[in-house]
Amino acid sequence: MFPTPIERTSRAWQLTYRMLLPAALIMWLLPLIAVAIFSIKPAADFTTGNYWGWPSAFEGFTNYGKVFFESDMPRYLLNSVFITLPTVAGAVILSSMTGFALGIYRFRANILIFFMFVAGNFVPFQILMVPVRDLTLQLGLYNTITGLVLFHVAFQTGFCTLFMRNFIRALPFELIEAARVEGVNEFRIFWFVVLPLMKPAIAALAVLIFTFIWNDYFWAVVLTQGVETQPVTAGITSFNAQYRAAYHLMSAGSIIAALPPVLMFFLMQRHFIAGLTLGAVK
Amino acid sequence: MSRTDMPLIGRQSSWLRRNQIALAPWLFLTPVVLFFLFYVIFPIFQSFNVSLYEWDGLGPRKYVGFRNYEYLYWEFVDRDAFFVSLKNNVLWLVLYLLAIPAGLLIALFLNQTVAGIRLYKSLFFFPFVISQVVVGLVFTWFYDPTFGLLNSLLGVFGLGPVNVLGDENLVTYGIVLAGLWPQTAYCMILYLTGLNAVDPEQIEAGRLDGAKGVRMLWYVIVPQLRPATFIAFVVTIIGALRSFDFIAVMTQGGPFGSSRVLAFYMFEVALSEYGFRMGYGAAIAVTLFAIMVVFIAYFLWSMYREERGY
Amino acid sequence: MRSTLKAALAALATVAFTSGGTFGDGHSLTGNLKIFLDTSNPAPRATMEAMIGRFQEMHPDLEIDVTVIDREEYKTQIRNFLSANPPDVANWYAANRMRPYVEAGLFEDVSDLWQDPEIAANLASTKGALTIDGKQWGVPYTYYQWGVYYRKDIYEELGLSEAADWEQFVANCQAILDSGRKCFTIGTKFLWTAGGWFDYLNMRTNGFDFHMSLAAGDVSWEDDRVRQTFANWRQLIDMGAFIDNHQTYSWQEALPFIVNGEAVHYLMGNFAVAPLRDAGLTDDQIDFYQFPVINSAVLLAEDAPTDTFHIPANAENKEAARAFLKFVVSEDEQTEINNGSNLGQLPVNAKSSVDDDKFLREGFAMLSTNSPGGVAQFWDRDAPAEMAKVSMEGFQEFMVKPDDLDRILSRLERARQRIYN
Repeated sequence: MFPTPIERTSRAWQLTYRMLLPAALIMWLLPLIAVAIFSIKPAADFTTGNYWGWPSAFEGFTNYGKVFFESDMPRYLLNSVFITLPTVAGAVILSSMTGFALGIYRFRANILIFFMFVAGNFVPFQILMVPVRDLTLQLGLYNTITGLVLFHVAFQTGFCTLFMRNFIRALPFELIEAARVEGVNEFRIFWFVVLPLMKPAIAALAVLIFTFIWNDYFWAVVLTQGVETQPVTAGITSFNAQYRAAYHLMSAGSIIAALPPVLMFFLMQRHFIAGLTLGAVK
Repeated sequence: MSRTDMPLIGRQSSWLRRNQIALAPWLFLTPVVLFFLFYVIFPIFQSFNVSLYEWDGLGPRKYVGFRNYEYLYWEFVDRDAFFVSLKNNVLWLVLYLLAIPAGLLIALFLNQTVAGIRLYKSLFFFPFVISQVVVGLVFTWFYDPTFGLLNSLLGVFGLGPVNVLGDENLVTYGIVLAGLWPQTAYCMILYLTGLNAVDPEQIEAGRLDGAKGVRMLWYVIVPQLRPATFIAFVVTIIGALRSFDFIAVMTQGGPFGSSRVLAFYMFEVALSEYGFRMGYGAAIAVTLFAIMVVFIAYFLWSMYREERGY
Repeated sequence: MRSTLKAALAALATVAFTSGGTFGDGHSLTGNLKIFLDTSNPAPRATMEAMIGRFQEMHPDLEIDVTVIDREEYKTQIRNFLSANPPDVANWYAANRMRPYVEAGLFEDVSDLWQDPEIAANLASTKGALTIDGKQWGVPYTYYQWGVYYRKDIYEELGLSEAADWEQFVANCQAILDSGRKCFTIGTKFLWTAGGWFDYLNMRTNGFDFHMSLAAGDVSWEDDRVRQTFANWRQLIDMGAFIDNHQTYSWQEALPFIVNGEAVHYLMGNFAVAPLRDAGLTDDQIDFYQFPVINSAVLLAEDAPTDTFHIPANAENKEAARAFLKFVVSEDEQTEINNGSNLGQLPVNAKSSVDDDKFLREGFAMLSTNSPGGVAQFWDRDAPAEMAKVSMEGFQEFMVKPDDLDRILSRLERARQRIYN
């Protein structure tokens, strides 16, 4: 193990290390801690200039209550859910198909198609912006959740295919050969042999895509408008325009907007990290 | 699942059966490939096309050849908006890469087995899952010239105040720093996973050879972390070139356009409040794409080499 | 925010409203009427909803569907919904700000409404702002003055009086600076506030007609007269008259400086009064005066941005939409929606009465009797969008780095040559 395990070092360094850990963590999360403190302060603290002092009163319930009951935040959160979940489902389903096709079969165009997905995944969004916006307008899907979801699914399929295909490549190929010898047809192989083995990959991808899509801002701005369709990332900017200079409310709103992926991460940590670090080890 | 399940009807189906291994991938692939072509690949070419027109997004288009690129050229020569964006993109690329050593450093710091370390690792990582919009807001307040935490801290040492986001020479650094925060967390997690897989025998061998500390890190550990470094590199480069959210939220490209990058400038000229230049925006996007292609090609090439070895 | 107002409208319809309702075509309207609004702030929103409620009451068979979109978002979204999802009525801004949509054929020509003798006579003052290519493309519903809002109590404390000319303006400012305060608060993060300063400085230095020629792209930005405007501006900048770090603030974030007495003036539209009052300043503490004379050889001219209603070219119920536009500009409605408890702005109909609020009264008097040079819309409505954007960015840069004026002006001149071609 590197660096040298702490148990094998001097007593002094062990103690220092244990003290350094929380100190470093506080430094690291400082901006976030500041916002958390802001979010429980009363409005008066900001007009009196008490930005960093002890809150003069605990107004957490009032502030968060305002965000939940007197603003459009709940609607934005709901939109985010309606955008994120179908995208996750769509991208995972499509990429298990492509991942299977590209991971199991050897044919000439395989690598080309695979590279198309990979390259598409790294393309800058901006080059797609004008045409995709036009396309969505022409399809009559502008400012609809469907329009946004369709594009997200298509785009995320690139990344998911890369992921699924590499995962399937690493599965024991003998299983498939054995099934073929048994005469099992290819669709059944996909459904009954490969898919069950892909569960960890599916879980990992699902949490990853959830986070990516939940946090998307660019496409939300380009393809949707207004509280009926926009996700919470875009909502928080309108919310802030409405409460400009009301830092306690803006902080509370931001924390609420950021929370779902954070919860997702802490609940599904193992899958999440497995997804992110795929390929980081050989 | 047995042979008897297989229907045996007529010639056609047996042709299907005989060729199913050749056909199956296409059945799986065709719909998805078409979908992907439709939404991702064709639009790239459409953007090339749009960049040859003058178009306000409302009325008819007017073909202008390469005039949009000429404007870009002149903006570059005159050190105008396009030049500034390009310069900032380079700055982003270079500075964003600091996430890799920083991530490695934190990973080394956290790669221990003391009590509660798992929680520490998670807490160090979780800025990555917060949306960039929120991170941008948080840092905007952090830098605020009147009440920002940064200036309060500087004040303790008798320094400041600094208006990071209002100073044309500091603003990009300020935004990149906000971006580095989640990106470093990402690189950290890649390296933590990588460190887990480092071969202990090689470390012991290194120790026997008298390698310690930095030498051990550089000659024994880092080479073994190559796969993690590669991914960190790719992801960071792509992230740097895509930087849009931070700028849109923190400065809107200001003050007076000094924090623009191509991705934001493109949006600004095409779709923002005063922007009606679709063709020009497309030309900027094409330029950004051209830069990105270099990295995409590098990535595909290294993947291709790996595939051949596979 | 989008919402169907049917329930609210039904409730309102039961409330008798006596002063309205006289305006109508005699036959009742049917079908749907889809209205998009950007009046997302609470007070304007309530005003609009009440007004639509009264229209509904007159036309009970009409299905009215109202969508309110965030004011800032609306500015970028209008181009999408006008073509993709057009309502029957949408609000917007006058002058060049509506030009892209007029030229793209997305706004309906409503010249016929302006033929109506009532409208022709009573709305004459705003006709120019709604005219492009000799046709009218919408109707106004409100406008407001700009001016120098200031802390009266601090003026009294320092023994100052409202400035009538530039020398006094500068002298006042020096006295304020000497007392340890800043003269002007401003937040230029979103640029347009600097556009307001440019409007006044240029109109006072070179006059309304020159200002309009500049907006129309007929004058070089490197012209000496333009330089004179910036020289005057620079006088204030060099004194340190503006608050520091203004490039980081929005106009709202700049409010606390005047509220806390750290700055004394705010060059703003009349909409700044409401938040100042909300922040606890009384009418004894805030007052307003006309931007002073700089060059006595030019006539005084003012900024008075006009907000408007339009019918999208692809609207489905244009008959009802026209009736709605006529209703909005009617004498009684104009009096009602612009009064102090509603929009708190000025009515566009000459027969309507201005609310008895000191800022509205003074503003109305200023615009109707003391603006002989002309009335401008606002820089980002008078100049084409692209030029407005580039130039306001230049203004902001100039305010931070006045030494770079030559470089900024040459950049604007290059932009002018491209944009107006």
